[in-house]
Amino acid sequence: MTHLQRESCELAIVGGGPAGLAAATLAAELGVETVLFDEQSAPGGQVYRNVEANAPRHDALAAILGGDYAGGLALVRAFRASGAAYEPESAVWQVAASGKVGVSRGGRAYLTRAQRVVLATGAMERPVPVPGWTLPGVMGAGAVQTLMKASGIVPDRPVVLAGCGPLLYLVAVQLVRANAPLVAVVDTSAATLAGTVRAALPLLPAFAGDLAKGLSWIATLKARRIPIHKGSRLVVEGTGRVEAVTFDSGGRRVRIATSLLLLHEGVIPNNQVTTSLRCKHVWNVAQAAWRPETDPFGATSSARVAVAGDGAGIGGARAAVHRGRLAALDAAFRLGRIGRDERDARARPERTALAREARLRAFLDRVYRPAEAVRPLDDDTLACRCEEVSAGELRGLIAEGFTDLNQLKSFSRCGMGQCQGRMCAGTVGRILAEGLATDMAAVGHYRLRIPVKPLPLAELAELGHADRNDKPVLEVADGDPSQRI
Amino acid sequence: MFRRLQPDDSSATIYFDGRAIRCRPGESVAAALLAAGVDRFRTTPVGGAGRMPYCMIGVCFDCLVEIDGQADRQACLVPVADGMTVRSQDGTGRFGIQ
Ligand SMILES: Cc1cc2nc3c(=O)[nH]c(=O)nc-3n(C[C@H](O)[C@H](O)[C@H](O)COP(=O)(O)OP(=O)(O)OC[C@H]3O[C@@H](n4cnc5c(N)ncnc54)[C@H](O)[C@@H]3O)c2cc1C
Ligand code: FES
Repeated sequence: MTHLQRESCELAIVGGGPAGLAAATLAAELGVETVLFDEQSAPGGQVYRNVEANAPRHDALAAILGGDYAGGLALVRAFRASGAAYEPESAVWQVAASGKVGVSRGGRAYLTRAQRVVLATGAMERPVPVPGWTLPGVMGAGAVQTLMKASGIVPDRPVVLAGCGPLLYLVAVQLVRANAPLVAVVDTSAATLAGTVRAALPLLPAFAGDLAKGLSWIATLKARRIPIHKGSRLVVEGTGRVEAVTFDSGGRRVRIATSLLLLHEGVIPNNQVTTSLRCKHVWNVAQAAWRPETDPFGATSSARVAVAGDGAGIGGARAAVHRGRLAALDAAFRLGRIGRDERDARARPERTALAREARLRAFLDRVYRPAEAVRPLDDDTLACRCEEVSAGELRGLIAEGFTDLNQLKSFSRCGMGQCQGRMCAGTVGRILAEGLATDMAAVGHYRLRIPVKPLPLAELAELGHADRNDKPVLEVADGDPSQRI
Repeated sequence: MFRRLQPDDSSATIYFDGRAIRCRPGESVAAALLAAGVDRFRTTPVGGAGRMPYCMIGVCFDCLVEIDGQADRQACLVPVADGMTVRSQDGTGRFGIQ
């Protein structure tokens, strides 16, 4: 496979979801030479994955995915028409503070020098470490939604959804529309119905549409007689693959047999790149996740690098568009295409829209606290899926005197497997924080090295002349716990 | 485990541990295998436990397989191509668990 390997560009955008698409579209319109890299084969990100192929078909699949999904087509079309260059199937494995972007495409690695970088790498589903969660047949709810969007594939054997968050209910409704055998929804959120209603009242009438949509999802499930259980202390049962899920509900233990168990406790920022750059991060208590610290335009502590969209803290798809535009305005300003006044004037409506979205997000964060994902782990639960390190082993080490996250990692090998700690970082941090009776901000998180995406040695070797002096990390500020990454 | 809503699109063939699997050109190898009922993509190096895709977006690495001779490829990120040869991975470096 041959393709153009760009040597340089003014603005590199990593990620083709709503944030990256909106950023690229606006930057290109403002005359910035823009290249968008995404590891998917088509634009859309997680939320609008494959929308160009699916939405215009108006078939059963389009109906299952719904109107909000189809709405993403407009963003993709604007991007296609904008003049921004698009590099699909291109995984970014490094962003250096100098602006050097490492890309892998079709088995070849290359470096592009960008004057400015906007990371729009979005979110991942929060790992849900419950006993048995590594068994085949246990997946993320978003993972199965990805199968629907990408391939029109739906479960045809009994499936149970467990967890909390709006995406859990959206997937439930999409499964029902697809006539998938959804056996039950187990809602693990701590919020009561009365509490949710009370929290929702101040959002009326501004968010009547969103709240009505949420209610209509519940109504759809009720109409199809899908049981919705309040549940906690989930355990996955099975030998070799999932056979059932058990949980506490209303003072007793409930067991539901299933062949697929879809776990979901919200999404968290996908921040490998900012972590590897040692950007300053802050622990977001309301979302129980780390996020890179940014200014109002998304600029991070690394001079050339900004973050937009869910990667900068979960805000949802609509907010991602506004945050993408803010990052683009700032890039155009820094690259000399627009002046400060124009940047600020054009930023104003985006900020107003963002402030509006923030109200809804605060409500969602409150109602959908990830109860199951933050409760103390059972000792036999695997915290690290790759190296198969259990919570009990980690507690043992902490009892022996380990107090540092990266020390714990080197000793137990947790976080040293193929996923580079993506799946266990939060969990191991939590176990350490519990053990030391401190908080997440104090324990910090894993140090992460490039490449942040697997890069076969052969590809790296071909790079040959890669600049060894181009240090990818910032100076580490002393004493700042988030810099222990 | 899964069914296809658009079965007519399956015009490509890949081979998984020697078995021919019909699939949609351009979809991920992981989607093709799941649609064909595969629920063990690899076994883990430490405990030898079977694993199947968990995240489908490239973060969990439970979908690692050998593709056209190259080990440790993320099946959820690699698009299928007609005639592709895929093998399950046993721990690290040895192939063919079934
Ligand atoms: C599996 C999943 C499904 C979701 N489904 C929905 C939904 O149906 N509705 C909804 O409202 N919200 C959904 N969300 C939440 C959703 O992610 C967001 O609100 C929205 O997609 C955020 O947009 P974004 O532009 O910030 O990032 P995203 O849409 O996540 O886009 C990020 C893009 O960056 C790419 N990327 C990441 N890292 C790299 C790299 N190193 N190199 C190259 N490319 C990279 C990814 O492939 C992706 O295309 C989902 C989240 C997940 C994880
Ligand atoms: S399924 Fe998680 S990385 Fe492929």
